[in-house]
Amino acid sequence: MKKYSIFSLVRNAVSYHERWSEAWRSPEPKGAYEVVIVGGGGHGLATAYYLAKEHGITNVAVVEKGWLGLGNTGRNTTIIRSNYLWDESAHLYEKSLQLYEGLSQELNFNIMLSQRGCLNLAHNQHDLRQLSRRVNAIRLNGIDSEILTAGQIKALVPILNCSPTARYPVLGGSLQRRGGTARHDAVAWAFARAADARGVDIIQNCEVTGIRRDGGRVTGVETTKGLIKAGKVGVVVAGHASVLAEMVGLRLPIESHPLQALVSEPIKPVLDTVVMSAAVHVYLSQSDKGELVLGAGIDSYNSYAQRGSLPIIEHMLAACVDLFPIVSRLRMLRQWAGIVDVCPDASPIVGKTPVEGFYVNFGWGTGGFKATPGSGWVFAYTIAQDRPHPLNEPFSLERFHTGYLVDEHGAAGVAH
Amino acid sequence: MSPQRHRLAAGGRIDRSRPLNFTFNGRRFEGYAGDTLASALIANGVTPVARSFKYHRPRGIVGAGAEEPNAIVQLETGARTQPNQRATRVELYDGLTAASVNCWPSVNFDLGAVNNLLKRLLPAGFYYKTFMWPPGFWMRYEYFIRRAAGLGKAPAAPDPDRYDKMHCHADVLVVGGGPSGLAAALAAGRTGARVILADGQNEFGGALLDGGAEIDGGPALDWVAAAVAELEAMAEVRLLPRATVAGYYDHNYLTIVERVTDHLGAAAPANLPRQRLWKVRAGQVVLATGSVERPLVFADNDRPGIMLASAAATYVNRYAAKPGSRAVVFTNNDSAYRVALDLAEAGIEVAAVVDPRPEPEGPLPARTRARGIEVLGGQAVVAAHGGGRVAAVEVMGLDQAGGGVIGESRRVRCDLVCVSGGWNPTVHLFSQSGGRLRYDDALAGFVPDRSAQAERSVGAAAGTFALADCLARGFEAGLEAAAEAGFRRKGRSRRAPKAPAQEEAPLRPFWVVPSTVARGRGTKHFIDLQNDVTVADVALAVREGYRSAEHLKRYTTMGMGTDQGKIGNVTGLAVLSELVDADIPSVGTTTFRPPYTPVGFGLLAGREVGALADPVRKTAIHRWHEDRGAAFEDVGQWKRPWYFPRAGESMHDAVNRECLAVRNSVGVMDASTLGKIDIQGPDALRLLNWVYTNAWDNLKIGRCRYGLMLGEDGMVMDDGVTTRLAEHHYLMTTTTGGAAGVLAWLEMWLQTEWLDLKVHLTSVTEHWATVAVAGPRARELLSALTSDIDLSAKAFPFMSMRAGTVAGVPARVFRISFTGELSFEINVPASYGMAVWNAVMMAGEKYGVTPFGTEAMHILRAEKGYIIVGDETDGTTTPGDVGMDWIVSKKKPDFIGKRSLSRPDTAREGRKQLVGLLTQDPKEVLPEGGQIVAEPEKKPPMKMIGHVTSSYWSASLGRSIALALVYGGHKRHGETVHVPLIGKTVSAVVSEPRFYDPEGVRLRG
Ligand SMILES: Cc1cc2nc3c(=O)[nH]c(=O)nc-3n(C[C@H](O)[C@H](O)[C@H](O)COP(=O)(O)OP(=O)(O)OC[C@H]3O[C@@H](n4cnc5c(N)ncnc54)[C@H](O)[C@@H]3O)c2cc1C
Repeated sequence: MKKYSIFSLVRNAVSYHERWSEAWRSPEPKGAYEVVIVGGGGHGLATAYYLAKEHGITNVAVVEKGWLGLGNTGRNTTIIRSNYLWDESAHLYEKSLQLYEGLSQELNFNIMLSQRGCLNLAHNQHDLRQLSRRVNAIRLNGIDSEILTAGQIKALVPILNCSPTARYPVLGGSLQRRGGTARHDAVAWAFARAADARGVDIIQNCEVTGIRRDGGRVTGVETTKGLIKAGKVGVVVAGHASVLAEMVGLRLPIESHPLQALVSEPIKPVLDTVVMSAAVHVYLSQSDKGELVLGAGIDSYNSYAQRGSLPIIEHMLAACVDLFPIVSRLRMLRQWAGIVDVCPDASPIVGKTPVEGFYVNFGWGTGGFKATPGSGWVFAYTIAQDRPHPLNEPFSLERFHTGYLVDEHGAAGVAH
Repeated sequence: MSPQRHRLAAGGRIDRSRPLNFTFNGRRFEGYAGDTLASALIANGVTPVARSFKYHRPRGIVGAGAEEPNAIVQLETGARTQPNQRATRVELYDGLTAASVNCWPSVNFDLGAVNNLLKRLLPAGFYYKTFMWPPGFWMRYEYFIRRAAGLGKAPAAPDPDRYDKMHCHADVLVVGGGPSGLAAALAAGRTGARVILADGQNEFGGALLDGGAEIDGGPALDWVAAAVAELEAMAEVRLLPRATVAGYYDHNYLTIVERVTDHLGAAAPANLPRQRLWKVRAGQVVLATGSVERPLVFADNDRPGIMLASAAATYVNRYAAKPGSRAVVFTNNDSAYRVALDLAEAGIEVAAVVDPRPEPEGPLPARTRARGIEVLGGQAVVAAHGGGRVAAVEVMGLDQAGGGVIGESRRVRCDLVCVSGGWNPTVHLFSQSGGRLRYDDALAGFVPDRSAQAERSVGAAAGTFALADCLARGFEAGLEAAAEAGFRRKGRSRRAPKAPAQEEAPLRPFWVVPSTVARGRGTKHFIDLQNDVTVADVALAVREGYRSAEHLKRYTTMGMGTDQGKIGNVTGLAVLSELVDADIPSVGTTTFRPPYTPVGFGLLAGREVGALADPVRKTAIHRWHEDRGAAFEDVGQWKRPWYFPRAGESMHDAVNRECLAVRNSVGVMDASTLGKIDIQGPDALRLLNWVYTNAWDNLKIGRCRYGLMLGEDGMVMDDGVTTRLAEHHYLMTTTTGGAAGVLAWLEMWLQTEWLDLKVHLTSVTEHWATVAVAGPRARELLSALTSDIDLSAKAFPFMSMRAGTVAGVPARVFRISFTGELSFEINVPASYGMAVWNAVMMAGEKYGVTPFGTEAMHILRAEKGYIIVGDETDGTTTPGDVGMDWIVSKKKPDFIGKRSLSRPDTAREGRKQLVGLLTQDPKEVLPEGGQIVAEPEKKPPMKMIGHVTSSYWSASLGRSIALALVYGGHKRHGETVHVPLIGKTVSAVVSEPRFYDPEGVRLRG
């Protein structure tokens, strides 16, 4: 892997940038691998990278049905934070945030992690009580979080409508200063490049159509490029969890929904922090390019078509204009949707399955981008060791039988 | 003010009798009614008009419509300012003020242009490779990057304008009012179908507005006028000019953005909204959206003065504005020859027509030559020269394959270059609808292939360019669409409008002109002008492996500008296909997503902002609370009195007073907001048994029962009291915030699973006002207001209901209690609420009756250990967790949530359970949401064993009390636990969660 730096940039400028090499290879699949990862999104690529780096397993293929990183990894609103209520979630997402904090250097690719803070608003007494509970829990879990008064919020986000007569007055909020955003594509590309450099084969335009088993054990995957044998198979397919699980006869408690997002035309900076309001259902940040990036809740129907419905957009913008009156004359430039797999408790499933050598990592719902490195890290451990890491042990498939749920629904509101 | 130096002496669709003044970058100019800002700038010879996003290179106007990448302006100032407006789409009005964006100090001298000098260091994606050192410094670099990015500025004040929405149905929606669209609308309209014709421009006619063409033997614009007049006269046809169709969603649902008062300036009528969003459900859609010309790419092809040939024609013919005085036309197809002729006709010298086709033949090249214009076949413009404006181009011969240049280069002086690389059908809406595109080799462009919805594309949008064919096909499509919508042609058949046939030679697919220097060395070949993406950038991306159209777009930002690559995208794909050595269709096209052109946030928000963001619900007694100076809290959509401070009282004082009044005498509360669901039908009882955990079979008429509702996961979802009013008639109450959710929940079950149940639900929350009278003197008070209800404890026991009259009003009185005191809840029709409340206040005067709010209510119930769903429960709490096992029937065969309650983790010992907490210092009130630990000396991350759910000062007890959920709490009574806070840790003893009258003597009294 040729190193990226200002020096390499200058050096290559001399040769008119004609000597850069490709960021990753595009090999044909070998007949067999030690591990095959299904799904070339951020989570799948991170898994392959950590398998190679942490566990020395480099005979790995990532099999992607389209081009890498264009699923939810390339569609999300890039919010990163670890201020989760429950201990189980807090520890997992915090691990991920810590990995993010060193990722640009570790992968030698600027993923533009921008920790400009993530602010959650409270609009009524009930919100305030919930906020206090969360902030206390998060702090005692050793994660940064603080309560802000309406006055402090106004100073931090001047464009926010903090009038006490607003329909949803801002009564307070919680701030995670280490929260923020990162460039989503860069995360996928950085992991792809680093995994490839360690010998991982990334096989694009190769759809997995079946899972081969022998007795209770997985032996390989059938793909549009033929059979690929594998000692172990890890499935990391946001939006298609149920489809892949079906291939080994697993039924999942997952529902797939469209989740929409949109951006405005680029404007000069007006907003540094990420602002989220569960009560009015909108969240907002401004990208480095100057676009306001907005998201909201899921479309309530189930779907695999990556299209959402207009009413969600209208409500999201009504809430946004209400909170930020100055944005009314800005314009929506693009809108899109991804398919998110949502578990009943809004927490992911990362672990083993009844099929030996068949591991799953999905159900991250509306909020898995922030988990990308952490998810890959624990999943690589799970595959390599054939047992979950303590961080992902609570997120087993069995929890839906035992009732040991990690319910981030009520507590998390809009969970991005 | 300078004269309009570049205005042609005659012609155009401008109104010379109406001069308009406007200001651009601080200078005053004049234009005419009918101009756009762009045409007025051209008529005044203003250039450059903008700077590019990344390199800050000077830029001029390139297009004449929605495709414009360069001429992006900040329109107006103050609260009505709008960033990022396309000058080509801004109709000129008197007093207009605009400025270039993203340049400083001015568009002519822009310091950001230093980027152009550094350009070799700034190839596509350079930021991914640098700014990583020293670690953690990215955000400092980012600070400057953020300030350099962005185009215009957001307003600093709220939007003074209004926006409306219209919902409507159409049998046939025709998008685009050019010849094809007009023909389609006429054909469909004549059948009597309900037709909507929408066009983004201020007048219908589309490409015909540029003049010249003939239809039905006369000038095309006469035909347009007649067609519009005929359509206007049709009762079922709605014409929407200035209305851009922006989105095409599922089930033929489309959005149209109508600019109602935009660009009217001071003339805008005050009673109209600024814009209107039409949401149309169409039976059939005809897409007649036309096409957009694309450029040819050569070295430094971004110089001001280089524009699309069609745009030059539009400026000359429609606006009588001269985009230059000496032109070179560079085209690979015949259409731009017509432009050359039009320019010459307007008195603009045409130095040459440069055409990569070896021997341009046919009527148009012949007419051009006949006009004395030199036609340079087999040649290409390889480079442009000039600073603030193009001054000359270099022309060279092309080899057979078009892959290299030959011969001597010739320099041609010019100040205008009109380029045409062919036409891209405007397939955006078609693609949004889910339709599949096909690459057409002859056109070298994408055309609609298979429709996904009830839609047909016609005219240039479908790759049909000849006017005669557009008219014929449009007419036919209009008839087909109407027929499919159920409308057949009536009466005498009318034929489609006709136009003379034209003969055009095929184009030569051609994208990037080869040059003598390798691409990317020194000069720049721009593909995406707004985002400064060059051919070398695409080559770099491909070299680095970003080979799919989507990767390429994301890596280079090609097509991600506010013009969304309307002129550059196909060229970019062509370059990509050449580099990866695959044909264009196989590298694919990026998906077009809504909207077609950007849509205002305020418009999409509509009226649902400010006070109308969400309905505010007020009870029938609200005025009284307001008059008494109550502080309110928001509970769901409701405004509830929180407490009633008297002069000089703090919240704490007021709440203490209210609590003591209820405990010692009598208080009154407005409880109207509790959800009320009227349940009727022979299966009402079965429904209750399904949705509540306890058994309802033996509830007698006139009796009330408390119930807990669980989710399927066995967790508490809502609670409330249900009363049996008659044999098959019940009244259910829910929490204030949960009312709508519970109704939806019950309906979901009834409509999806229990279709056989004969039961009807009606929300009656707002039909009744509820006055709760609570306290030891409640009975005395009430007895003064009713004569037909026996209030004695024996005749009217706890948990029962009596109907009668209260203060002369028919009422239902419920003897239930959330405060732990003797309490009656008087329900009267909402319109009598205020009267009955006043009667209660008067009757209560002698007892010092005290109105109390939600805060006192919360304290009173906490003293009793009553839970509030959402405070003591959080979606992970079972009935057992809150100590309410007693309410879960062991005998009922099933109820919602029962199965989940038996899951190992749900049935486990030691879950988080409801307890009381008594702080060691009785004066210390714990904060709600405080987390509880057993080992306070540890450092984070600490093991948390629970959290405080409710916490108050109890005036009745003279100490603080709290409720908490603690792991294994039921077995921890007496233990000391700790709540670490910032700066201190509070210790408390775990207790029974009942602090006041645990036996419940008072409420039964
Ligand atoms: C609009 C939107 C906004 C969001 N905002 C945020 C946010 O702000 N913060 C946050 O943390 N999260 C957010 N999320 C969620 C986040 O995007 C996802 O949780 C996360 O990206 C999932 O990553 P992944 O790598 O598992 O999935 P993906 O990137 O979707 O990767 C899965 C891959 O599997 C491939 N695949 C599927 N089936 C097969 C098969 N049979 N064979 C081979 N390959 C297959 C797919 O092509 C895809 O590339 C958002 C999601 C959406 C849709």
